[in-house]
Amino acid sequence: MDNALRELYQEVILDHSRHPRHYGAMDGASHKAEGYNPLCGDRVTVYLQLGADGRVADIRFEGKGCAISQASASMMTDMLKGRSQAEAEKLMQGFLHLVKGEDASDLSEDDRETLEVMGGISAFPMRVKCATLAWHTFKNAVEEGAT
Amino acid sequence: MNAPANIKIFDAERARADFEILSRQVYGKPLVYLDSGASAQKPRIVLDTMRDFAASEYANVHRGVHFLSAAATDRYEAARRTVQKFLSAAREDEIVFTKGGTEAINLVSYSFLAPALQPGDEIVLSVMEHHSNIVPWHFLRERQGAVLRWVDVRDDGSLDIEALDAAIGPKTKLVAITHMSNVLGTVTPLKDIVARAHAKGVPVLADGCQGAVHAVVDVQALDIDFYAITGHKLYGPTGIGALYAKRAHLKKMRPFNGGGEMIREVSQDRVSYADPPARFEAGTPPIVESVGLAAALDYLSGFDRAAVAAHEHDLLAYAREQVGQFNWLRVIGDAPGKGAILSFEAEGMHAHDLATILDREGVAVRAGHHCAQPLMERFGVASTTRASFAMYNTRADVDALIAGLAKARGILM
Repeated sequence: MDNALRELYQEVILDHSRHPRHYGAMDGASHKAEGYNPLCGDRVTVYLQLGADGRVADIRFEGKGCAISQASASMMTDMLKGRSQAEAEKLMQGFLHLVKGEDASDLSEDDRETLEVMGGISAFPMRVKCATLAWHTFKNAVEEGAT
Repeated sequence: MNAPANIKIFDAERARADFEILSRQVYGKPLVYLDSGASAQKPRIVLDTMRDFAASEYANVHRGVHFLSAAATDRYEAARRTVQKFLSAAREDEIVFTKGGTEAINLVSYSFLAPALQPGDEIVLSVMEHHSNIVPWHFLRERQGAVLRWVDVRDDGSLDIEALDAAIGPKTKLVAITHMSNVLGTVTPLKDIVARAHAKGVPVLADGCQGAVHAVVDVQALDIDFYAITGHKLYGPTGIGALYAKRAHLKKMRPFNGGGEMIREVSQDRVSYADPPARFEAGTPPIVESVGLAAALDYLSGFDRAAVAAHEHDLLAYAREQVGQFNWLRVIGDAPGKGAILSFEAEGMHAHDLATILDREGVAVRAGHHCAQPLMERFGVASTTRASFAMYNTRADVDALIAGLAKARGILM
C-alpha cells in the first residue's frame, strides 16, 4: 500500500472507527447538535453535558459515516472531556490546522502527539470535511445547542 | 472499423485511443475511469471541433449580419438538427438548447406545469429519480400546493409499472420519470409508461441524462412529451443540454428566462415573444458547446449503437459476476435489462473510504448519495459506491476495480 494510504488508515484510526469511544445518545444532555455532510450524506450527533463553568463534563456522539469521520469523532470525545471552553476552542483550532496541513504548533505537545495520527488526512483534501464534521458539530452544540 | 457492417462488433480498444485522457496516470497508476455516469470523458474529435470552430468561425449567433455571425449561426442551428436526428424528433424546432438536463427539467416545471397548476394537482415520480427530477417538482409543491405521488421500485430496483399506473389519477398533471437510474442502472419501460399515462390524458417527461447515452432514443416512437438530455454525459462538453418537447406543448409554454434572443418585439409598455425554440433560449447560448455536442453525437452515432450497448452490458455482467466473489458486498439494483451501472454497499466499509483507496489505485468511482437521497432512504443506506461503465471501458478496468476492492478490504478490515 502506498505511504499516504498507510498514513491515512493507521491502526489507531481504524481502531477508533471500529470501536468508537463515548458512542451513543446521552440522556439529559445540556447541549446537542446534529452535523451533516451533504457530500456523502453522513450524519453525526454530538451530546454535551456542560458544567456551570462551561467545562465539558461529559460528551458523547452517535452517527454513521466513514472511518475517518467516525475515528475523528471518537478521538474528539476522548480529548474534549474535562476541558474548559477556551481549551476546547484551542484544541479545535489546532486540529483544523493539522488536518489541513497547516502550522499546528499552537497545540500542546501532548495534544499534538495524540492527534498526529490524523495528520495523514492533509494529503487527502477531499476527505478533510470527513475529519472536521464532528468538531464543527461540537462547536454548534456549544454555541447554539442548549436543550 | 474494418469489419463488415452486418457483423456487430465494437472495438473498445480502438475507441479508447480517441480519448487522450485515458492514457494518463494518476498516482503513478494507469487511470481506470469508472465515473462516466457522473460525467463522461470527451473524444479528441469533440475537443478538436470546439477548438477549430472557436478559432475559425466563432461569433455570436442570430445577431450580426456579418460573415462570422452567419457561419456561427449555421453551426448552432446545424447542432440543433444533430440533436433532432439523435432523438428522432419530427422537427428541429422541438429541440430547445439548455445548459444541461437540470435546466431542461426546470424549464418544463416553470413554463409548462406551473402556470396551470392548482393546489392538490399531482405529479407522479419514482423514488429512483435524480434530484434534478425531484427538486423542480418540490418547488411546485412548496409554491403552488402540488402533491408529489411517489412510485416505489421493487427490491431488485425494477419499476413496478402497475404501481405507477395506479398512481396516475384524475388530478395527475405530469409523470416525471427517469429513462435510466443513475444509481441502480434500472431502465424504465418508457413506451409502456407513456401509453398508460396518455390513456389517462397525462403527459410524460423523461430524464434521459443517462438513458440517451446507452440506448437509441426515438421520441416519436415513444410518443413522449418531454425528453431531457445533457451533453457532458454523452461524451460532449459541459454547459449544454437539450429539451425535446412536442411542438404543441412548446407553443403554449411561457418563457423561462427573459432577455435577448427570446423576444419578437419589446417596447416601454409591451413585450411579445419569439416562437419556440428561441423563446426559451434567452441570452447568448453556449455556442461553442453546441458545436461540441453535435460532434459528440456524431461520434457516438458513428458506432453501431447496439454493439456499443452489447459491449457495456458485457462489462456490467462481468463486473456483476466478479463482485459475486465478495460475500461482504451487496449490489443495489439488479433489475433485468439494466444499464451499465453497478452500485454497491460493502459491509463495514464506508463508500468514501473505499473510493479513496480505489482512487490511489487509479480507479475513479463515485461514492455518496448520487443526488438520489429518496432512493438511498428506500434502500436504507446513507451512500453507495458506484462504478459506471462507458464505451471506452474494458474488462481490464473491471479487473482493476475488483483488485482495488480486495485491497480496500485488506486495509480497512
